[in-house]
Amino acid sequence: MSTVRISDDALALACGADALAAAFEAAGCTVERVSSWGMHWLEPLVEIDGHGFGPAGVDDVAAILAGTSDKAIGRIADHPFIAGQQRLTFARAGKTRPLSLEDYAVTGGWASLARARAMTPGDVLAQVLQSGLRGRGGAGFPAGIKWQTVANAPLGPTHPCKYVVCNADEGDSGTFADRMLMEGDPFQLIEGMAIAAHAVGADQGYIYVRSEYPHAIAKLRAAIALAAEQIAPFRLEVRVGAGAYVCGEETSLLNSIEGKRGEVRAKPPLPALEGLFGCPTVVNNVLTLAAIPHILSEGGASLYARLGIDRSKGTMPIQLAGNIRRGGLYETAFGITLRALIHDIGGGTASARPVKAVQVGGPLGAYIPPSQFDLPFDYEAYARADALIGHGGITVFDDSADMGAMARFAFAFCAAESCGKCTPCRIGSTRGVEVIDRIRAGGKAGADAVEALPQMHNARKAGRSREEDLALLADLAETMQSASLCALGGFTPYPVMSALKHWPEDFGQ
Amino acid sequence: MSGAASLDAILADFAPEQASLLPILHEVQAAFGCVDAAAEAGIARYLNLSRAEVHGVVSFYHDFTPMADPRPCVQLCRAEACQARGVDALVAAAEAAAGSRVRIKTVYCLGLCSAGPAARVGDTLYARLDEAALVDLVNKL
Repeated sequence: MSTVRISDDALALACGADALAAAFEAAGCTVERVSSWGMHWLEPLVEIDGHGFGPAGVDDVAAILAGTSDKAIGRIADHPFIAGQQRLTFARAGKTRPLSLEDYAVTGGWASLARARAMTPGDVLAQVLQSGLRGRGGAGFPAGIKWQTVANAPLGPTHPCKYVVCNADEGDSGTFADRMLMEGDPFQLIEGMAIAAHAVGADQGYIYVRSEYPHAIAKLRAAIALAAEQIAPFRLEVRVGAGAYVCGEETSLLNSIEGKRGEVRAKPPLPALEGLFGCPTVVNNVLTLAAIPHILSEGGASLYARLGIDRSKGTMPIQLAGNIRRGGLYETAFGITLRALIHDIGGGTASARPVKAVQVGGPLGAYIPPSQFDLPFDYEAYARADALIGHGGITVFDDSADMGAMARFAFAFCAAESCGKCTPCRIGSTRGVEVIDRIRAGGKAGADAVEALPQMHNARKAGRSREEDLALLADLAETMQSASLCALGGFTPYPVMSALKHWPEDFGQ
Repeated sequence: MSGAASLDAILADFAPEQASLLPILHEVQAAFGCVDAAAEAGIARYLNLSRAEVHGVVSFYHDFTPMADPRPCVQLCRAEACQARGVDALVAAAEAAAGSRVRIKTVYCLGLCSAGPAARVGDTLYARLDEAALVDLVNKL
């Protein structure tokens, strides 16, 4: 009997993949646990001889084996969701066993590391620069330039070595590509980090993973142990976060590894010059480092540079999330429109109601209305539209969403997760919640009990009109945007002001 | 905390330097269900830090708690993607089922954003929850 392949990705497990695998084993099948194809609405997805069945439950086992199942979706590789993608970073998704060194090697694994190590560090840097790869964590900074800065940074008595740090603190709602890569293809990330270490002259690396990802942590630790010989003398260690969203910001992440409060550091100095323990440090997102083995393969850099549009080169693993019918991972070249992603590929909302808004780029990303769905996926095009690509997560909302409530949530989230170091973020987020509550409640007639006290000389005694409150909100947003130390306070105004701009009716009368 | 001896056993596995602090705190939280004042003092002594420095770190991170809560805990994701899939409508029923017996803790994102509402109990994950499934999950703890 042929082999049954079922994913052991966390999302498949959450949908019952373990019980399903056990049922196939009980029926006498050999079950192979592989990474996920990324078609999340079909998980748990069963693959037999290239043909898929999903979403499959224990009750479907007999029919699938008898060839009579109504869950059949045909050949997985020919499915429009898969066939339309250009998978470079996720080339192995669905195809290999995540912790099999054998599977990794036969699919081209370690070849790029060997090739890079046969080159001078300068030549490796040139390849990364040529590819046009930009940081996939959100800021989109050219990876090659960051690496070059670290490579050129001098060593000294207080900073005797260099580090490569992988930012795997994927806290943005609507994103899961880092998690899928760490769980599905951990060796690729490890190989990318080893190449980075060779290019910049580092011999120690850290992967900082959020504690909400227990499966990714376990897979990475196992993979590092298996690959230790392969990447030596480079050493790699997993560090686990502790539930602080702000530790996804690179300087607070470094503080966290150092055993400190995850407070943001002022920049400069850049981490590339004074990073972990004061040493020159490359800090890159999972997807950035995982793209490196492809770029360092024969001809990989020029292929990468040919994909995409303008200054956004290569492919982006886009994550379709929230209220969407066909959610999952869609890796494609830059330039694709939201309309194509949400309607053609995603099939509209899961609730079958009209799309009201999509949030691109996680909790700090702007809400985009359907009238702007022709926007091409491109760092600069989004910036021009007062939006951001961020980590490539797209969260879809149907027409039942209350955008005023979402704007309030953005401030409340910022208040809960602010590290507290800078005033605009720490205080501004709380004041923001209050102003939105006041606007939505129809304003305030006069002074409250405290404001009415005689010693409150400067407190305003009269009420505020809606226009005055809106002006106050805009002023607060501008202050946070320009005066916060990091993106948490600096970008929270994006979801707030975009919601207010496009859906003013959700903010009361 | 069940005794200084076991704290010492945890500390012995780590180098006495500040960079060991987060891994130590994770171990202590897992072993005792909290990082209390006595543990903070013991860790501070081992790492040659002040207790204030250790307390500052403990109180910064959501994962570390000053007191143990022996109740079973359901971590329910209430971030944007799960909100878009209707998690807010499930909260009242889950809290009613939980009463004071089970703790319902809000978390922001379990990375299952295409298949929410999602929850986590220990290291076990649950997705595509509706009201009945979530209440059932709470009742079975």
